[in-house]
Amino acid sequence: MQEQEVELLQLIEKNANLEPSKIAKLMAVSEEEVRELLRSLEEKKAILGYSTLIDWAKVVQKEEVTAMVDVKVQPARGSGFDKVAERIYRFPEVKAVYLMSGAYDLSVSVEGKTMMEIGRFISEKLSALDSVLSTTTHFVLKRYKHDGIILDDEDDNDKRMVVTP
Amino acid sequence: MKKTSFLSKQADSLQPSGIRRFFDLAAQMEDVISLGVGEPDFVTPWSFIEHSFHALEQGYTSYTENAGMLDLREEISNYLLGSFGVNYDAEKEIIVTVGASQAIDLALRATVNPGEEVLVVEPGFVAYVPTVSLAGGTPVTIQTRPEDDFKLTPELLEAAITPRTKAIILCNPNNPTGAALTGNELVKVAEVVEKHDLLVLSDEIYAELTYEDVHTSFPAIKNMKERTVLISGFSKAFAMTGWRLGYATGPEEIIQTMVKIHQFTMMCAPTIAQHAALEAMKNGKSSVDYMIKSYEQRRNFIVSSLNEMGLSCPNPGGAFYAFPSIRETGLSSADFAEELLQEEQVAVVPGNVFGESGEGFVRCSYATSLKQLDEAMRRIKRFVDRRI
Ligand SMILES: Cc1ncc(COP(=O)(O)O)c(C=O)c1O
Repeated sequence: MQEQEVELLQLIEKNANLEPSKIAKLMAVSEEEVRELLRSLEEKKAILGYSTLIDWAKVVQKEEVTAMVDVKVQPARGSGFDKVAERIYRFPEVKAVYLMSGAYDLSVSVEGKTMMEIGRFISEKLSALDSVLSTTTHFVLKRYKHDGIILDDEDDNDKRMVVTP
Repeated sequence: MKKTSFLSKQADSLQPSGIRRFFDLAAQMEDVISLGVGEPDFVTPWSFIEHSFHALEQGYTSYTENAGMLDLREEISNYLLGSFGVNYDAEKEIIVTVGASQAIDLALRATVNPGEEVLVVEPGFVAYVPTVSLAGGTPVTIQTRPEDDFKLTPELLEAAITPRTKAIILCNPNNPTGAALTGNELVKVAEVVEKHDLLVLSDEIYAELTYEDVHTSFPAIKNMKERTVLISGFSKAFAMTGWRLGYATGPEEIIQTMVKIHQFTMMCAPTIAQHAALEAMKNGKSSVDYMIKSYEQRRNFIVSSLNEMGLSCPNPGGAFYAFPSIRETGLSSADFAEELLQEEQVAVVPGNVFGESGEGFVRCSYATSLKQLDEAMRRIKRFVDRRI
């Protein structure tokens, strides 16, 4: 059972668009079993959503700006970093928050339309929080690989000959 | 003016592979989805490639020992013991070769005398019959049958043996049928082998790619190690066809004779490939396991798709080939493959190029991305619907 769950998750992790009928064939189980597995995985929140990885630049002239912000915070008595992290991750501008070891505490990824917009968010919202001691902002200049996927992988065509022994 | 052909009679009489003709046909066409490829669609795992860069930077650009780098032979020895429970001495019983192809050639040249017969199981890998001939032996084919799922049976083997029989080439799991003999089935074959004192060249290049039972290596069977040359390599499970690296293990006497021929005809296997293989042996497991799992899923997919459209296809136990029957269409293998290519731009290989008992079947390689496989199945179904 668990093995099947893992196999199913690994398949849709790479391609959320895979139809249950195809998954059923790949795993050599019935389509009904696949739907049942999906249902139970959704129920126990192992599957949290089905998102699509989009290269917006291919469709519209929409410049997305991403910044990685290193945040030093004052942990709160009793709740440690969790309460502060929650105050931060509730903002829709914030796409990811991680608690880090090392020189700072929280790594916060922020998305916006312009650098100005992100700058405003950081100075007016993020830095303004009582428990935030300092921020260091790094803007992303180019994305090479995102979530395990190489962007603009021009050279991924099949280099094999058409028929070999 | 030149009056005679300079070609040797033997080389001149070799039949060109039927695959070659079909390749020429397919290569001229555009937008072909190829299920005709006998090699992985995966690129060599990055860590193996990166390790070879490192070796080049360190200046490893010279020859290695004739038998291959000792480090690599030691890793191969550990790997075979860990994976298949067969134990070979890295110093004396292992040779690293230019692909399993060269290992087959060397093993035959080291053991076969003129007039001796070598049994070749068909449908089988296209190189066996010609390499037996080039080594001076007489190839004798055994035609396995669809009703046995193209598995060699002790009866078929017994029937092919004559007083001149020296050896048998066994390929398990098999190219092109995907047939994988279980441990029990191999033991029955081994009994006949022992009774007639045969040498076995066991081509296990697809050993890692088994999906039903764990692979039984032929030399792991009782009394078989002393009469078996195990042949394998990095091409298939490690996705390294272009590196040209394989190996053979076996009794010291045979391996050392192979090394002697190798020393005069090849010097050594490519050094840079040996370094990549070292990384493959040491740290390749997770990459290889990932590929195996993908092949297994695609196998499930292609087998059920083919059966659904009316091309009966048993579940192959290993390798990355499905071998469906196309008899329902009323076409010969060659016509099926050719018309499918012309009408739907999908390349499969006619079964008869692998031996006469392959007539009525085609080989479909599922070492192809799921996306391509899906589209290929749609096209083949369209083609078959017009025929059945
Ligand atoms: C059964 C079998 N043996 C040997 C080989 C040759 O492999 P290599 O690339 O190691 O020479 C192949 C390749 O197609 C094969 O299918």
